[in-house]
Amino acid sequence: MNRKELQRRFMAHLDPVLLLALGLLLLVSLVLIYSASDGDWMRVSGQFVNILVAFAALWLVANMPLHYLIRSAVPIYIFGMVLLICVALFGEISHGARRWLNIGVATIQPSELMKIAVPLMMAWYFEKHEATLTLKNYFVAALLLLLPVALIARQPDLGTSILIGASGFYVLFLAGLSWRIMLGMLLMAIASAPFLWSMLHEYQRHRILMLFDPSQDALGKGYHTIQGMIAVGSGGFLGKGYLNGTQTHLDFLPERTTDFIFAVWSEEFGFIGNLILLGLFIFVIGRGFVITANASTYFTRLMAGSITLTFFTYAFVNMGMVSGILPVVGVPLPLVSYGGTSMLTLLLGFGMLMSIHTHKQLVKT
Amino acid sequence: MSRRVELKNHQREIYYFRLRLMLSLGLVLVMLVILLLRFTYLQLIKHDHFETMAESNRIAVVPIVPNRGLILDRNGVVLARNYSGYTLEIASRKVANLEATINELSTLVDIQPKDRKRFKKLLAESRNFDTLPIRNRLSDEEVARFAAQRYRFPGVEIKARLFREYPYGQGTSHLIGYIGRINEKDVDQLKEDDIASNYLGSDYIGKTGLEQSYEKELHGTTGFEQVEVDAGGRAVRALSRSAPKSGNTLVLTLDAKLQEVAEQAFGAYRGALVAIDPNNGDILAFVSKPGYDPNLFIDGIDTENWEALNSSLDVPLNNRALRGQYPPGSTIKPFMALAGLYNKRSPSYTIGDPGYYTLPGNRHQYRDWKKGGHGSVDMFKSIVISCDTYYYGLATELGIDKIHGYLSQFGFGKKTGVDMEGEVSGLLPSQQWKMNRHKQIWYPGDTVSVGIGQGYNLVTPLQLASATATLANGGVGYKPHFVKHIERPSGNASERENAPSIDIHIDPQHIDLVKRAMEAVTKPGGTAAGAGSGAPYRMAGKTGTAQVIGMKQGEKYDEKKISEYFRDHAWFIAFAPVEKPTIALAVLAENGGHGGSTAAPIARKVLDYYLLGKLPLPLQTVVEKEGAEDD
Repeated sequence: MNRKELQRRFMAHLDPVLLLALGLLLLVSLVLIYSASDGDWMRVSGQFVNILVAFAALWLVANMPLHYLIRSAVPIYIFGMVLLICVALFGEISHGARRWLNIGVATIQPSELMKIAVPLMMAWYFEKHEATLTLKNYFVAALLLLLPVALIARQPDLGTSILIGASGFYVLFLAGLSWRIMLGMLLMAIASAPFLWSMLHEYQRHRILMLFDPSQDALGKGYHTIQGMIAVGSGGFLGKGYLNGTQTHLDFLPERTTDFIFAVWSEEFGFIGNLILLGLFIFVIGRGFVITANASTYFTRLMAGSITLTFFTYAFVNMGMVSGILPVVGVPLPLVSYGGTSMLTLLLGFGMLMSIHTHKQLVKT
Repeated sequence: MSRRVELKNHQREIYYFRLRLMLSLGLVLVMLVILLLRFTYLQLIKHDHFETMAESNRIAVVPIVPNRGLILDRNGVVLARNYSGYTLEIASRKVANLEATINELSTLVDIQPKDRKRFKKLLAESRNFDTLPIRNRLSDEEVARFAAQRYRFPGVEIKARLFREYPYGQGTSHLIGYIGRINEKDVDQLKEDDIASNYLGSDYIGKTGLEQSYEKELHGTTGFEQVEVDAGGRAVRALSRSAPKSGNTLVLTLDAKLQEVAEQAFGAYRGALVAIDPNNGDILAFVSKPGYDPNLFIDGIDTENWEALNSSLDVPLNNRALRGQYPPGSTIKPFMALAGLYNKRSPSYTIGDPGYYTLPGNRHQYRDWKKGGHGSVDMFKSIVISCDTYYYGLATELGIDKIHGYLSQFGFGKKTGVDMEGEVSGLLPSQQWKMNRHKQIWYPGDTVSVGIGQGYNLVTPLQLASATATLANGGVGYKPHFVKHIERPSGNASERENAPSIDIHIDPQHIDLVKRAMEAVTKPGGTAAGAGSGAPYRMAGKTGTAQVIGMKQGEKYDEKKISEYFRDHAWFIAFAPVEKPTIALAVLAENGGHGGSTAAPIARKVLDYYLLGKLPLPLQTVVEKEGAEDD
């Protein structure tokens, strides 16, 4: 096998367009983590390893024939649910939330797994009942969604439960849930808002309240929001320049390499930088939409659509949170924030997207 | 057929799916526009606002405390200075368990129970954002030991600072006063005066004496440094700096050596001495005995010392020279004589003194201090031998309102306006005053005792010294003052304006008579003959005795029978040289008994040093008894 053949094999199931967009975002990630960590090469190389591991997973999934994916939906979902129940029963408490499960060698966060497992399961379910879809099927699918979301919200992990809820909702929406039912759900949601409010934890309520008036508690709960907004706003049109953000480098920004990394970008590269970053996200999402529109089966359409829209939701919630239009819910900026688990789930998702795209093409030719 | 239907469904499904996909794409674009609008708002429209917020996050203004001005005597002798040293300070709000931290610290540096007590006291009265010293003046070894273990003590740090020190200690305590840590009350006052910003980094403020009165001159102007800080408040780098301006140096009119001589001359006596240059009002010596060590107060006095100072029968914290009010006794007589002369009493008017005085139509006897009386007494003799009977009669003849009118010109009953806070006014009674104060009419008997400086009369040593200076200067008086001039760090000095504040037009013949009589007081036959003997310059004076307890009719004063604290106070006023006075003074020896025997010798020693440069031999504890009997 010569080098060219090797390259062809390697790239066979990868989508070059999507790969370019992802690569640019990952480059942004490394550049930003270097700045946000004040030049900590350990942190940068840590993220690089995260990317390599996640990319390997992407490659594997992209090369996996689609039926493996379909077959794995049910076992993965059940496995994830069992883990979630275990967390609720014997999970480890950290920062007042029960999110982690100690499995002896390491602690794992099963809610991350559910980000993939839930839409996968729902897409599988709709594919199975494609021919004879009735209202009952939507109801069952909704139940498949709500069970894990409720368990995760109870941990409590508002950010993850919202994202999983969104990814499941996209499946329902794309699967053709009738407008009337959606309207009914919306009205029900509004009606039950006071009840849901009372279900929220004290700190979650605070974060939502802070959104309306962050200055109320400038050094306490509103601190994150205010410092984020100051970083973004003081960046101005051109930004303060790479490595020159005062909010970043004088420690005013919390969670600089993770949830608030977007503030670092905004401060140092300004409005122009934000346009570029939004452009990259649109690039990825646009490619996702193209893949979704061209997906050949019901399952792949639902899966691809959900992955694309969920990715956008991630980005929107994070940027909205940092710029102060959404509450601080602990959602990282996808592909940019430091973190192994979310990198893995995200690239797994893009791996599926590529698999959906390339295997269909192979079938065609 | 069924296959076709299925296909059709499939087509429609794809159509619906793509429709929904387009809808989601639309939603995505709307969201992106929302984000874009938000970025426009934050980064373009409100950029200036957030820029300012980021700057104020980043930049902290750190005050730089100026060096406090020095206090020098008229010859440049240092009375208050600064020296650098190390303190161990605790930021109490950063330390969770103070007690445990202090216990830990005591393994590294020597922390005495009194340090702990003082720290607690400071904690109770401090501004809550202060860092407070637990130990001052650390040794180099202690500094090194703490520095090595510093990481164990967050919120505890060593600070290099300037300490205030008063080299003369007790001797100048009532004069210089002391500085102490700024407390809540001081902060309120600073805010009221609108100078709180100048005290942002300052820990100390003048509390008493000149340190308090000249606080504004001594403190200096606080400098500011703009530093870039991180979120933890640590300074990262300096951006700009405006240098502090050191406080001004006070050059006093005081002669430190004279002060020392006067202080020692008191021996074991409590009391006060104020010496003034009659030609300009310069205060040359200002003694209040006993004093206290002002150095104890700088960083908060410990409870033991405080208790000791506060409960002492000798009340060392009382500034007797400024705030002590005593009956002037016979020292009032020269002034009474001038009042008489002014009101046409002939100097040659002579009384026959039977040893007592009675008001017309009243059998009550006002006794002279000398049983049996002085025989025939004219005005000159009345001063020399301090004849009470003469003045009982003179006072009655003048009446209280004329006495009040004349004596008040010398400053009796009024504050002198000296440049030190806390002065009291003494008391020169009048009919009006008695009505206001006691709701009683003035009785003729009240006037009788006023004539010899008893009764309602009260003077402070400073007041009496100032009146004596005015008399010595022929009726032209200056406001007494401590500060000769103020030197700015830049070098230029501000000289004080010095115009007379009192100008009593006294007939030269009258003043000459009184001065001659006062000179005779210090000559053989006078009440202070002993103290005046052998003086190579012409010295004038007047003795006085201030009664501490009243005596019943017919009772004889026996000092041996009366406990020390109830003995009479001894006064002596003096000036010299008589032909051209350069010093006037008032001496009070509390419970000293006779002015001629205890107060006058103190005055003599001060005059000897000032006029001759003669240092007295180290004084014995008690001044020997000598000289003629006084009233």
